[in-house]
Amino acid sequence: MMKKSLLGNAAFAVVGLTLALWPLSGYEEGIVVLLCINCIAAMGVSLLTGFTGIFTLGHAAYMALGAYTAAIMTVRYGVHYLPAIVAGGIIAVLVAWLIGVPTLRLTGDYYAIASIGLGEAIRLILENWQSFTRGARGFPGIDSYTTRWTAVLFFTVLGAGMFNLIGSRLGRELKASRDDRIAASLMGFNTTASRMKALLISAFYCGISGALLGGYMNFIQPSMFDMMKSTELTAVVVFGGLGSMSGTLIGSAIITSVMEYFRDISQYRMLIYGALLVSIMVLRPEGVLGNREIWSFLPRFGRRD
Amino acid sequence: MSDLLQKDASKEPVSKEVTTENTRVLLELDDISMFFGGVQAVRDMSFTIREGELAGIIGPNGAGKTTIFNMISSVYNPSSGSIWFREQDITLLRAYQVNRLGIARTFQNLRLFGRLSALDNVMTATQNRYRYSFRENLRGHLSPCYRPDPKFHYSFLESLLHLGRWSKTEQQIRTLSMELLDRVGLASRAHQPAGTLPYGMQRRLEIARALALDPKLLLLDEPAAGMNPEEVFALNDLITGIHCEFKLTTLVIEHHMDVIMEICPHIVCMNFGAKIAEGSPEEIQNDSEVLSAYLGDEEAIG
Repeated sequence: MMKKSLLGNAAFAVVGLTLALWPLSGYEEGIVVLLCINCIAAMGVSLLTGFTGIFTLGHAAYMALGAYTAAIMTVRYGVHYLPAIVAGGIIAVLVAWLIGVPTLRLTGDYYAIASIGLGEAIRLILENWQSFTRGARGFPGIDSYTTRWTAVLFFTVLGAGMFNLIGSRLGRELKASRDDRIAASLMGFNTTASRMKALLISAFYCGISGALLGGYMNFIQPSMFDMMKSTELTAVVVFGGLGSMSGTLIGSAIITSVMEYFRDISQYRMLIYGALLVSIMVLRPEGVLGNREIWSFLPRFGRRD
Repeated sequence: MSDLLQKDASKEPVSKEVTTENTRVLLELDDISMFFGGVQAVRDMSFTIREGELAGIIGPNGAGKTTIFNMISSVYNPSSGSIWFREQDITLLRAYQVNRLGIARTFQNLRLFGRLSALDNVMTATQNRYRYSFRENLRGHLSPCYRPDPKFHYSFLESLLHLGRWSKTEQQIRTLSMELLDRVGLASRAHQPAGTLPYGMQRRLEIARALALDPKLLLLDEPAAGMNPEEVFALNDLITGIHCEFKLTTLVIEHHMDVIMEICPHIVCMNFGAKIAEGSPEEIQNDSEVLSAYLGDEEAIG
């Protein structure tokens, strides 16, 4: 019998292989790629917002950093796309660390406000650093390196890693400092360090997601990563349920596919997006799954001892 | 109350047999004061707790008892004075450092991790056991030095991959946490979110969570608050039982005289932020200042 500890990894391997090998049309492949990209970013934000209780409205900036890093490395310096994508994540982590040191002392709404400002600041730097990023004209000519295989590979590896993390000591540490910061620090957790860990991991996921987005669109510009994008990331997490990683994936999948389904009606689909968010707020204010994971609804896996 | 707690009723309260006169001083408060703006919450407070003691702090509401606990556990740093734990100055350490040195506490206004299950609450503490020692630093002072207990610890990479020590360690953390839940009589509620447990159970869960840290000193902040007499009776047994079973130095705050008088051989009595008496229950009961603090002065009435 397979070890229970590897159940999550196995489940992700199955999902990954299905996504990669299931016969699909070109258009459907595009949706799968987009789905993977959105899910990676949403998982990052979910760790920070749902599991650590830090509301962020600026995480699109980390996607922008990842996207620009990967684009500049592949186009200007001819680096292979795989290391370039990972480098995108790492640059996002470094910037997140610089931002986190002063701002993670803020709690609750104050951090949310600071994150809006910092997110916009990063976007504006990218927009005005003409010589390096080509500014608001955008950065064209990126190879379409985000194939179905690449996107699914990153989604599978990062997804399994994320679920493993929240099922480990770090997951309990973050949830403890979310539920009661003082009690957590009196259980021996350095809560500032816990919050920093969550921010760095979430920045890594968003950076990777941005780098993949650049390779999918072949073109990036700063306005793709504005506050709208940031709020969309947080909205997906709230939609899926704060404190539920599987809820985040489900929420992300629902919102991405609904938006794709109504692509014909172009800007009017934002009405549908709004209606979707309002209806979940009315019908299930705690989000699709609340703060439970999907397997806790199955009778057999509900009790894990 | 569960059978587990009833069983202990037959045990002698061991604390009264153990003499603590000759053991080492574990905790020493040296002239500490605390101001909140212009209000002096604690004034020149000094007392020592010896290893293995079961001591109590009593005093009317607002006497500054919880402030003392908050200073020992470094939620606040005292305005003046110093706190020594195992001959080490811990006055200015941060809360998590003090905790890793072996001081665990419960809270008067319950601070459980409400959305986590009872078991996860205890596991959160169990995974955080530290071994500690004092090491001389560059300036010649002793500074605390702690490292995670390897039995309950695994690396970030092992968390990420669920390989290596992950499953064995998680199993150990879970087993030990279940044992502790069982000890306080909450095993049947292990999977219920802590925030939805009845009040008395939340209090006992806090005790289990503090014990899971394997502390050297346990601080219990009004453990009997809001309990009915029957629950208080079982709680007394739980506290004395834990004290003897884990050989754990315990400091209890209560303003119910009867709880402290029954279980603590060493009592400190406070009023208006200052110590007014210290001694055995008999001494405290016959102290004129204590009586006036609790029952009022003749002059004040007349």
